[in-house]
Parts: sequence; structure tokens; C-alpha cells
Amino acid sequence: MSDPVVWLTIFVLSVFVGIEVIAKVSSTLHTPLMSGANAIHGVILLGAVIVTGSTDSTLALVVGLVAIVLAAVNMVGGFVVTDRMLQMFGGAGRRKAGGR
Amino acid sequence: MIPTWAQLVYLGCAVGFILALKGLSGPRTARVGNLVGATAAVVAVVTPFLYLDLDHIPLILAAIALGSLGGVLGAQRVQMTQMPQMVALFNGVGGGAAALVALLELQHFQDVPRAHVPAFDVFATAFTIVVGAVSFAGSVVTFAKLQELMTSRPVVFPGLPVAFAAGLAATVVLTVVVVRDPAVSTGVVLAAIGLALGVLLVLPVGGADVPIVISLLNAFTGLTVAAGGYVLGNVVLLVAGTLVGASGTFLTLLMARAMGRSVANILFGALRGGSTLGAGEASDRPVRSAGPEDVAILLGYAERVIVVPGYGLAVAQAQHTLRELVDLLLARGARVDYAIHPVAGRMPGHMNVLLAEAQVPYEQLVEMDDINADFKQTDVVLVVGANDVVNPAARTTPSAPIYGMPILDVDQARQVVFLKRSMRPGFAGIENELLFEPTTTLLFGDAKDSLAKVLAAVKGL
Repeated sequence: MSDPVVWLTIFVLSVFVGIEVIAKVSSTLHTPLMSGANAIHGVILLGAVIVTGSTDSTLALVVGLVAIVLAAVNMVGGFVVTDRMLQMFGGAGRRKAGGR
Repeated sequence: MIPTWAQLVYLGCAVGFILALKGLSGPRTARVGNLVGATAAVVAVVTPFLYLDLDHIPLILAAIALGSLGGVLGAQRVQMTQMPQMVALFNGVGGGAAALVALLELQHFQDVPRAHVPAFDVFATAFTIVVGAVSFAGSVVTFAKLQELMTSRPVVFPGLPVAFAAGLAATVVLTVVVVRDPAVSTGVVLAAIGLALGVLLVLPVGGADVPIVISLLNAFTGLTVAAGGYVLGNVVLLVAGTLVGASGTFLTLLMARAMGRSVANILFGALRGGSTLGAGEASDRPVRSAGPEDVAILLGYAERVIVVPGYGLAVAQAQHTLRELVDLLLARGARVDYAIHPVAGRMPGHMNVLLAEAQVPYEQLVEMDDINADFKQTDVVLVVGANDVVNPAARTTPSAPIYGMPILDVDQARQVVFLKRSMRPGFAGIENELLFEPTTTLLFGDAKDSLAKVLAAVKGL
């Protein structure tokens, strides 16, 4: 397989996995799921680090650092806020289990 | 070239993201899923430091620390009621970051001989710039709408569809230009057009539909990250972005279905319909209002009570008082449940989060489809801060913006008590006929205040 076809294969399979994996979610969890998925795309931080670390122009460095800050807000904030939401569900779930 | 071990680590991270999404879609596994996702993300970010000879490491680390600090503070300080706009904001900055990364990639293409730059790479870069900018600007407008920094009603002006079409056409032309000659200046123009398109996309969307748009923009950002991953030749970005893009699109469809709307109708309904929305003004038709003591008597001697909580409850921070009242009614021998509409609050599932925060037992929260048949046998329905989700216009008035949305059949109960601040219509901006029914009683005032008075009066019965 040529290189672009390999990438296309990964892309298409990921599309199916992405849909399949959340297909049975209940509406109760829509908000945390959206928030968690939102945090996952914060991994663009990785891309921001790579391009910033391999630049030698000052302007590009500044732009890259801004991208890093934004991406880190997305990733770290996203996971923390999702956990805060789910913490409350966890508490409710435990009481339910204990009450039976 | 990325060393094999690093490739394998990236593969592990990609699997971690799949497991994270899987975990997040089940109530028992959600929290673990989120932690798995966070771990995979951290591992993925650390990896390039180990195999690449990166410059500017102190500055990069400082930027990461600054962003992380901002993210943690924002995430911890935000009130649960304001959480939807926080998610919108996090999504927007992610999209912005992706667009900036793509601009830097474009600069990189500019420096190498043109024959070495595959056209599709430049195309993917241009895609990331435009869609990332759309996501950023759209999310900022979404944030402003939800935070009520601007009107939450649809904003439509005559030239809007034309401006939007012109923006799209310009994007196509400039993408062709930039593929033929990768120049940063063209990329900056593309980003500017993307920002304008993002604003134009979200302006016509009404407040109640904004959560669907957040979900859609989230999927957009996912796709930009995927495209960025392709350009950088990084498999973990490609997989993570694609997963979010695909699941986000699917989730958007699920949410739209829960509201009985199509995504196209949500995005462009205001453009086509023009004036389908109500006046959004308070009516002066007569209603039956009562004092807390009257409501207390209704509730105190009812055998079957259903509470319908809405966003107004959360705004008034009245969840805890409401729970006290329900506990008291339960102690008096009534059967009480909370009826949860899928889009109660500002986002699907938002109300569950808010009530869980007030320590309402999970088993008292009943979803719409499971409780709708019960309203016929219900003595009193207590509607606290909800409006659109109990508005019969969704069934009866085809011109209403919420027409077709499944609602709670509150109108079938024997008595309905509305706790309302005023006669102002709900988020969708339309009048609720139910308020004028003879079986309806209104108790005006701040929800927390009213509930406290009702609570005291029930205690005195």
C-alpha cells in the first residue's frame, strides 16, 4: 500500500470506530461525553509542541507558543471539567448501589 | 522519521482514546474512561520530547504550564450551570490552536522547494486553517450567547446568506490558490475568512439550539486535528481527531433527534423561516396566580407529585431547597419523582448533572419516555424554572420553533403549578399556552425564595 492509502485506511477505520464506540450512549451522558471528546482533541497540543520546537523564526515561535497555551487549556481544562461532572454521577451511582 | 518505539507509544495512545470514548458512553465506566483518555493524552504529549531534538524547550514548558493552569482554574471555578459555555470555550481554543499549528506548517511548506510539497498536504493544511478558525469564532459566539453577553435569540440580517455563500466561495478559490502556491499570507486570509464564517454560522442559531452547535463545532475541531495529524505525519493526532470528528458528528445527530429537529433545520431554520419565532414579549392575558400557602396545600395533600426541573432552577441555585421539599413530601407519604427532559438545562444530560450535584438520588430522576404515561394519574406537577420542555405548542402549533420536539405531557395532569420569575417566555422565545389553562396555578418569584416559602408552609400543615 502506498503511504497516502495507509493514512486513508486509518482514517476510514477510525470513523467507524468513533461511531460504533458511542452508538449506545444514553442521553444522560451526552454532556459528559461531548466534554470528554472535546478534551481528547486537545491532544493537538502534541502537534503544537512539535512545530514550535522545530522553528527558528521569532514570529513563528510566538505563534507556536500561543497555540501551545490554547491547546493546553483545551486538553487539561477539558479533562478536569469532565471529571468534575462525572464525579457527581459517581456519587449518585454509589448511593444507588448502596441503597439496594 | 519517528522511531519505532515512539510509533508504538502513539499506537497505544490511540487505543487509549478509543477506550476512553467507550468508557465515557456508559454510566459506570465514564469516570475511568475519562482518566484513561487523560493519561493517553499526557503520554502522547510527553513522547516527542523524548525522540525529537526540540528547540525552545523552556519556553514550550512554560507555555504548557500556563495553559494547564488556565484550564484547571477555569474547569474548577466554573459553576455547573455555566458548564456548557465552558465546554464551548475549551472547544474553541482547541480549534484556534489547530489553525495556528496549520499556519506554521504552511510557513514550513513555503521554505522547501515546491516540487517536494504534495498538493494534498497543502489542501489538508488549508482545511485545518479554515475549519479551525470556524470552530474558534463559532465557539466564541456560542459562549457569548450562553453567557448572555449578547442576545440568545437568532440574529438574522438580510445579507447573511449571501455573505455566507460569498465566504464559502472565497474559501474554495483561496484553497486552490494556496495549493498551487503555498504562501503564509494566503493562509492568514483563509483564517480571517474562516473566523467570519464561524460567526455567520452561529449567529442565526437560537439559544435553545446552541448545545447542538457546540457538539457540531466539537466535531469540526476533531476533524481539523485529524487533518493536522495527517500533515504532521502523526498517527495519534489523526486517530484522536477522527474519533472525535466521527463520534461528535454522530452525537450531534443523536442530540438533534432528542429535540425532534434536524441539524439543517437548527442551523438554517431561522434563515429560511425568517419570522417563525414568537414576539418574545410578556403577555397580559389573565393567569391564575397563588401564594405559597395555596401551593403548599396542593402539594401537601397530593398522593402523586411529579417535579419538572428546568434551567431556571439551576440559575436560582434552588436545587437543594427543592430536594428538601421533595424529601418532606416523600416523608408525608406522597410518591414523588423528577421528570427529566433530555434537553432540560442547557445541554442534553445537563439537568442530571445539576441535580446530582444537589445529591438528589439517581433513582428519583425519571427520563421523559418512562414518565410521560404517568402524568394522567398525577395530582400535582410542580414545574420549576422549565418552560419550553412542557410547552404543548411543540405538539399543536406547526409554526412554533419547537414544533416536533418531544415534550413532557404535563398538560395531562390534574393540577400544574408553575414557579416562575415572570411571564417572560422560555429560551425558545415563545409563549406557553399551558400557563393560561384553568388547571394551572402560577407562583411568581425567585425559585429559591418561593420554594423556601412553600417548604415552610408544608411543614406547618
